Amino acid sequence: MTPRVQYQTSDEVDFVIIGSGAAGGILARELSTNGFRVVVLEQGPYLREKDFSHDELKILAEDFLTNHPKLQPNTFRKTPDEKAKQQRAVVYGRAVGGTSNHFTANFWRFHEIDFIERGKVGPVPGSTLVDWPITYADLEPYYTKVEWEVGVSGLAGASPFDPPRSKPYPMPPLPVKSNGVLFEKAARKLGLNPFPAPMAILSQPRAGRSACMNCGFCLGFGCEVGAKSSSLASMIPIAEKTGRCEIRPNSYVHKIELDSRGRAVGAVYFDEKKNVHLQKAKAVIVSANGAETPRLLLLSASKQFPNGLANSSGLVGKNLMLNSGGISLGVFDEQLNDYKGFAVSRILHDFYELDPQKVGFYGGGGLDARFDMTPINFAAGGGLAPDAPRWGKKFKDTIAHNFTRTVEIFSHGTSLPKEDNSFSIDPDVKDAWGLPALRLTYKDHPDDIKLAKWLNEYGLQILDAAGAKQKWTYPIEEQQFAVHLLGTCRMGSDPKTSVINADHRTHDVKNLFLCDGSSFVTSGRGQPTMTIEALAFRAADRITDLAKRGEISA
Amino acid sequence: MSETECKTSSPFDRRAFLSLSAAGFSAAWLTAQWPSMVSAATYGHAAVASPEPAKFEFFTPQEAAEVEAMASRIIPSDETPGAKEAGVVYFIDRALVTFAVDSQKDYREGIADVQSLVAEKFPGVKKFSAATPEQQDTILEALSNSKQKMTASRRNRPGSNSQPFFETLRYHTIAGFLIDPESDRRGNRDGVGWKVIGRDPGHMFQPPFGDLDKNYPGWQPVGAEKK
Repeated sequence: MTPRVQYQTSDEVDFVIIGSGAAGGILARELSTNGFRVVVLEQGPYLREKDFSHDELKILAEDFLTNHPKLQPNTFRKTPDEKAKQQRAVVYGRAVGGTSNHFTANFWRFHEIDFIERGKVGPVPGSTLVDWPITYADLEPYYTKVEWEVGVSGLAGASPFDPPRSKPYPMPPLPVKSNGVLFEKAARKLGLNPFPAPMAILSQPRAGRSACMNCGFCLGFGCEVGAKSSSLASMIPIAEKTGRCEIRPNSYVHKIELDSRGRAVGAVYFDEKKNVHLQKAKAVIVSANGAETPRLLLLSASKQFPNGLANSSGLVGKNLMLNSGGISLGVFDEQLNDYKGFAVSRILHDFYELDPQKVGFYGGGGLDARFDMTPINFAAGGGLAPDAPRWGKKFKDTIAHNFTRTVEIFSHGTSLPKEDNSFSIDPDVKDAWGLPALRLTYKDHPDDIKLAKWLNEYGLQILDAAGAKQKWTYPIEEQQFAVHLLGTCRMGSDPKTSVINADHRTHDVKNLFLCDGSSFVTSGRGQPTMTIEALAFRAADRITDLAKRGEISA
Repeated sequence: MSETECKTSSPFDRRAFLSLSAAGFSAAWLTAQWPSMVSAATYGHAAVASPEPAKFEFFTPQEAAEVEAMASRIIPSDETPGAKEAGVVYFIDRALVTFAVDSQKDYREGIADVQSLVAEKFPGVKKFSAATPEQQDTILEALSNSKQKMTASRRNRPGSNSQPFFETLRYHTIAGFLIDPESDRRGNRDGVGWKVIGRDPGHMFQPPFGDLDKNYPGWQPVGAEKK
């Protein structure tokens, strides 16, 4: 085995990558495999499979894998004229592997429409909706690469709405769950086209990793057997094996350093003891997620760039999209035992592209059947109907009956971009390192709310058609908590209306690249990670070309 | 705020889930919202394994008896085990010196308040644990209806001193009943909580999982299933 490489901060490596998640892990693997010397700076710890557990309090409530609100507080406001109040407003993975450690693993490709929707539907009032500078065809080879190299289970050709693909999935779909069976039957009764969910979880052992053991502690948890296709399980081991890539955990980057010519020279970070270092590099790639990437650019403001680095457009942090959605729940007579296994086995895409002329709003989405509640969450309230008893014998009887018989129908849909929706830095609140806190400003576009309600109604219809004995829904309300972090440094051809170009290079700084959810132009239909990863594979190709042609450091 | 709305003011019920659920995010994950539920220490395993009653680290024996009596009405023992058999009081005791250290005062004052309420409603009875089950339920009913406005901070901080004592006690009781029994937090002793809700004790399962995926032929193209 190749010994792990360790660079000095004074070594000018080829690339410093900030963030080791869905995008950072792939970029690290690709660039190191392509022969470049890479340092990955990850703010969180380097956890291993043995560190993961099924302790709900530790993993979910103590934020073992995620950003901690006490160390890194957030603020929230609905509109820019309000003063933001301190509350938890964003959650993301904070460990080597990032959010890919704990995601649900729904890996939907974007469809053609997601890249060209503005051209097709025309302007949408109250939205800055525009088209991507790339198309589905540009990204298709990279979607295939994600499926084969990161590891996605699925069934090609099962959905009549699927976009074209160059190769089938490398593995068959995961086994169907009872909620998948009732979803499939009910949706067909309604004339819809349910199909096996594409999931970034191994249905068969692959590349030295185990197949899914169906433990049931999936969403929110790290996988102890490496079956979930996180960057930690799939990409980072390969990057390290090249002997050219160092993963440096507990390294919290807070500034990108520039020289007098306005070129990035490296990343400034706090180590575990809060000592400050500068890692020198020929080029900097930020893959810190759609919240922390814009925050880092804003924190890197200087005399040369008083409004924040790479922010000549003024759009850094703006056009945030969180994806819309809703949840309806049903209780059945049958013992479903959906607490076993991964979350989702069946989905449908019949509503991926709704006609605004017919439905009266812009948007589209998909539905899935799942059960993703852990026992405490289920019983403490998440799984119970609004009128369910909350304590006593009736409460006990309810949880005893319902835990194995409850199904959730999730709807996932578009968010329209609005310039006012953003991540920015709070003027007052500071984190444990004394840095300005992340501030979320968000008010859903009215069409997003209409879409979520429309899709959720379908969820209830499916529960009815499936024979639910009881059903209810969470009301659709304006969001104030961010999970999907999209669009905040959008890609585009015009430096006045975008932050990065189609090569992920910032318009303003020649050797600074951004690649993660912030690069998105549109939101897709609620499952962004597949596209984040496809973009990362493509960005690695583009950046490799530029570097080999001497167009980065020259 | 109406009576019903008050009932939903618990951070762990629908309302909190709802405001977040629109994020296209899962209910399960949403506990991440609740920073006060941080880790209980992991050294309770010996206490769970030991046949001897474990020593309390926070409660006096009298307080422990009161808390156990209350938890036992939230999840009663009947034909199946309840909070008592799951060792919930030991979980809470450990919680109060670890992740729920902020709630120590709530418990100390909450127990005293409950005892005052008992004495007021049922003259001659001084302790919750000395009341009849019917009397105990009357007291908990009154507690569970206590009116407190939901605030953003309280919604995000269950088990903190900004929510009614009953809500803190309720959440801790449920957590102590259903925590992974292998997690060394002194709760869900012998996995009895999971048995009650029908969760198999393992962490590795093979399909079929439930009634409907048994003997299911698998996905077929549309039309193929019509004979």
